[in-house]
Formats: sequence, C-alpha cells, structure tokens
Amino acid sequence: MSIRDNASVMSEALDKKEISAVELTNQHYEQIAAVDKDVHAFLYLDKEGALAQAAAVDKKRAAGEKLSPLAGVPLALKDVMTQKGIPTTCGSKILEGWRPPYDSTVVTKLKNAGVIILGKTNMDEFAMGSSTENSAYGPTHNPWDLTRIPGGSGGGSSAALAAFEAPLAIGTDTGGSIRQPAAVTGTVGVKPTYGGVSRYGLVAFSSSLDQAGPCARTVLDTALLHQEIAGYDSKDSTSINQGVPDVVAASKKLDVKGMKIGVVKQLAGDGYQKGVEDKFNEAVAELVKLGAEIVEVSCPNFEYALAAYYLIAPSECSSNLARFDSMRFGLRVGDDGVKSAEEVMNLTRQAGFGREVKRRIILGTYALSSGYYDAYYGSAQKVRTLIKQDFDAAFTKCDVLVSPTAPTTAFKIGEKSNDPLAMYLNDIATIPVNMAGIGGMSLPCGLAAEDNLPVGFQIMSPAMKDDRMYLVGGALEAALLYKWGKPILDFAPKLVGSK
Amino acid sequence: MAAISRDEVANLARLARITMSDDELDHLAGEMDVILGAVARVQEVASADVAPTSHPLAVNNVTREDVVLPSLTPTEALSGAPATDEERFKVPQILGEA
Repeated sequence: MSIRDNASVMSEALDKKEISAVELTNQHYEQIAAVDKDVHAFLYLDKEGALAQAAAVDKKRAAGEKLSPLAGVPLALKDVMTQKGIPTTCGSKILEGWRPPYDSTVVTKLKNAGVIILGKTNMDEFAMGSSTENSAYGPTHNPWDLTRIPGGSGGGSSAALAAFEAPLAIGTDTGGSIRQPAAVTGTVGVKPTYGGVSRYGLVAFSSSLDQAGPCARTVLDTALLHQEIAGYDSKDSTSINQGVPDVVAASKKLDVKGMKIGVVKQLAGDGYQKGVEDKFNEAVAELVKLGAEIVEVSCPNFEYALAAYYLIAPSECSSNLARFDSMRFGLRVGDDGVKSAEEVMNLTRQAGFGREVKRRIILGTYALSSGYYDAYYGSAQKVRTLIKQDFDAAFTKCDVLVSPTAPTTAFKIGEKSNDPLAMYLNDIATIPVNMAGIGGMSLPCGLAAEDNLPVGFQIMSPAMKDDRMYLVGGALEAALLYKWGKPILDFAPKLVGSK
Repeated sequence: MAAISRDEVANLARLARITMSDDELDHLAGEMDVILGAVARVQEVASADVAPTSHPLAVNNVTREDVVLPSLTPTEALSGAPATDEERFKVPQILGEA
C-alpha cells in the first residue's frame, strides 16, 4: 500500500486492516508537507479534524461496524463547498476568514460515509477561470510541470490528485471546472447530470449551470465517490428525485461492444492542438477495437455555446454575488461610523473582488439591463435551447458523445492571464454539457507528442444516464492502461520530496 | 464605434455597487468592448421562433412540507458577521443620519 495507489486499493487495505485510517491520513499529510510548497493545491489543512475523523473510522471498523467502501480514504475538498467551522474562501478575499456555520450536503454525505476531509483546495475566485490564476491566494502549479497551470477553476483539486496529496477530490463544474483541470493533469473528473448532486452549501456562481462532482485518478474511484455524494436532497430545489444510476457497476463492466459512440464534428479542428487531436483519435480507435461503433454527429449550434455561456454565466453571477454586501458575513471595508451602508458596500466589493469577478459582474449587469436584455441574455437563452436540441438529436443516433476535453494541454502560468477571450476558449468543448444539463467525464488518453503533457478525453451522456460515461470511460481506461503498461501519472516527473 | 462607452461602464459599476478607480474603468471599458463584440454573435441564431431556456430542468415552485426543522441558533447565524450588537447584525447607517 502506498499513497500512489488508487482509492479502491486503499479501501481494500483498510478493510483488511493492513493499514489504519489514521496511518493513511498521516501518510497523506506527509506528502502534502513535502510537495505542497511547490504545488500549492491547498488553501487550508484541517489536520486535527481529519485525524479525529480517521480515528473514529478506525474505532468503528475495530468494532465490526459495516462501513462505506470509502470509509477512511482521504479527500481534498474544493474551497467552494461549505464545511462547518472550516474556512471557506472560494479563492476570494471577500470571504477571507469566514467559517461557515453549516455543512454542505456533499460534506454531510462524505462525513456519513467516513471519508476523511484533509483540507480545502485552491480555485479561481468564485470558480471563474480556467487556470486557478484568478485565486486571490496565488496560483496552483501543475505537478507535471510547475511552470504550467493545473486547469481551473478546480486546479487545486486536480493538482492534489496528480501530486498524490489525496486519492479523491470534490470539484464543481459550471463550464468545465472539473473536466478541464482533470484533462491537463492526467486525472479523471466527472460533472454529473445537473440535479444529480445537491448544490446545498455550494457557494453559487451560476445556479442553472453549477454542479458538484467527483474527481480521482481512475474511473472506478470516481464512480465510488460519485455514488457517495449523489442523490436527492430536499434542501436543493433543483435536485432530481430519482435513483442514482449504478455508476460503480458500469465502470467495472469493461464492455462497449455494439455501443454507438458519436464524435462531435464541431469539437475539433481550428484551435485544437495537433497532439490533442492525435491522442483523441487514437483513443477513438481503441474504442473501435473494443467493438464500439463510431458515428460522426453534427451539432451546428455548439459554435455559439461559448458566446451564450459568457452571457448566461455572468448574468447569473451578477445576481448571485450581490449577496456579498459586507452586512452579514465576510469582509467589511471603510466602516468608520460616518460612511453609509452603500458606501461601505461599494468599497468592500472594490477591495474584496478580483479582476475577473468584477469583469463578469459588470458584463452580467449589462446583459440583464433594460434595453439590452433581449439582445444579450434573451438571445443567449435561445442558443441554450438550440444546443439542447442538438444534443437531443445526436442522442437519437448514439449512446454517448465524445470529444477532446480541452483544445490544448496545460499552458504556462501567465500566458493567457491578460487576455480574457483567449482564456475563455479553454472551455469551448466543455460548455455545451453544462448548457444542456447533461453528464460529462474527462479521463486521460495520452501525452501530446509536442510537449509530453496529458490530454483529456471527454465523454458526454444523456441526462440521468451517467452510468453510460462510466461504462465507456472504464473500458477505454483499461485498454489504454494495457497499451501504456502503467498509469499515466507514472510518466510524470517526480516532485522534489515526493513519495 | 465602441459597443460600450466608459461612462456606461461607470454606470454599471455604480449599479453593481463596486467602487472603481479611473484606471480600473479605463481598462474594463476596453475589455468589455472586446468581450461584447465576441458574445454578440448569439444574435445570429436567436430568431423569434426559438423558445428561450432558462434552466436545464423544467421544475416549478418546488416546496417542502411545512414543518419546523432545526435551524441555526442566533449565535451561529451571527458567527460570521463583521459587527454585531446583542443578537443583531450591526450595519453602517442606511438613512443618512449619523
């Protein structure tokens, strides 16, 4: 047993009492102490709480209690989910020092399952970004190359997995913030069907798009975590009241014979790095070898998805972030006993929000203002309908759709930070999934020839058919593992001090 | 001609309750112009016959049973407040009287 093992292997070792949860937790904190000064995946570590949780799991196991498969396995939590008493910043100065008085439903479920929460991971401020450079607490570095971005907004979670600081992580995905970080770090991330995992306690960015989901180093581990966090929650009015698809069984099935897999014509070509397209095509060829049937599908309105997203998400964000008004929680600036509440609010929001957040609030305020509403927000909502129609038509011809997850491999820190439009293009292949509320997975499909960096393979499945992406992902992962001879992260350079 | 003027951005910042320096306004006005130019293409396909979608799920007025459930205590609810007075949030003056 080592920290490089998968969560499912750790789970077995814990079950057989080859290692205790306390020992396993301590091993991960040792790794964090060794590498996180270089990676900066974590914003906060709750060592005391985690070890107490681990001791409680060990005690239950010793008493012969029936435990969840992930009981005693450590996890990294994106700093956008509330955990009672633990600082939750969303990567923003406006929430610095805030300790939420309640647990998000995802955290409640993790605690009930005995999953050990190591700490909170770095992210782009309020999940707005594709590189984690928009964090007010400094960027996270990609374990494959510390001069490069780990993706975003969930770059802390993806980097923690790739640096073996945690075998499991929670992300949230509004336009690709789980999948794109997974793609550029050689890890696995799933955005479940919208409504599949509760949003209660997920600090809202764009409520009609936000979705929390599982991240790990293998498809099976991701499925095990998915199973623990998914399900109906009466505290989330958009939670789907249906059973969770059996994603664990699906990821173990390894059989895609006769499945129809649609390659989306529009998610290729201009703007896609050659090495990304090559690895994607090789993975598609593997699926053919496994007996799947490839169908080319056209989704013409995907071309407008990025534009529609950068109207809808900022519009919803301008409304959601109005709650950061300095009155009830968070930062308050300029309260000198003379200034009015409005002046204090204005100064607090100037000091507390970073550039990208301000940019999106202003953009959203514009798109929703009278006189411009129909031309911008209204038109974007119509595009959303057209994208849904494209998906509906495509899913009549195939079981899942596939594409590269991101158009390029990890870029250099600083390379795109002064060009918002260039940054937004990172999400071009992931956004359609959020617009339609369906499921999407990214898993590694190789290293690009140009730069030896990981490439992500995206699988999209219809709403509440999340098991299909696990089925295809599990089979593809097994075929690629056989081809490579070892897991993709074993090709990454070893971090200084790493186990 | 620019899609959006610096004055308009200043007005949006006022509506959004964010104080902005002259430098911030200058910078943002330029960026907003570029971004609006790019996102305006949604209008190319948004014809009158397409119905808008505001949400992926067609759910309406979801309510729970009207029963009392445990909630935060006043101390918990006030735990993150920048300022409190007894069991209340203390805020700066709102009516223009010091």
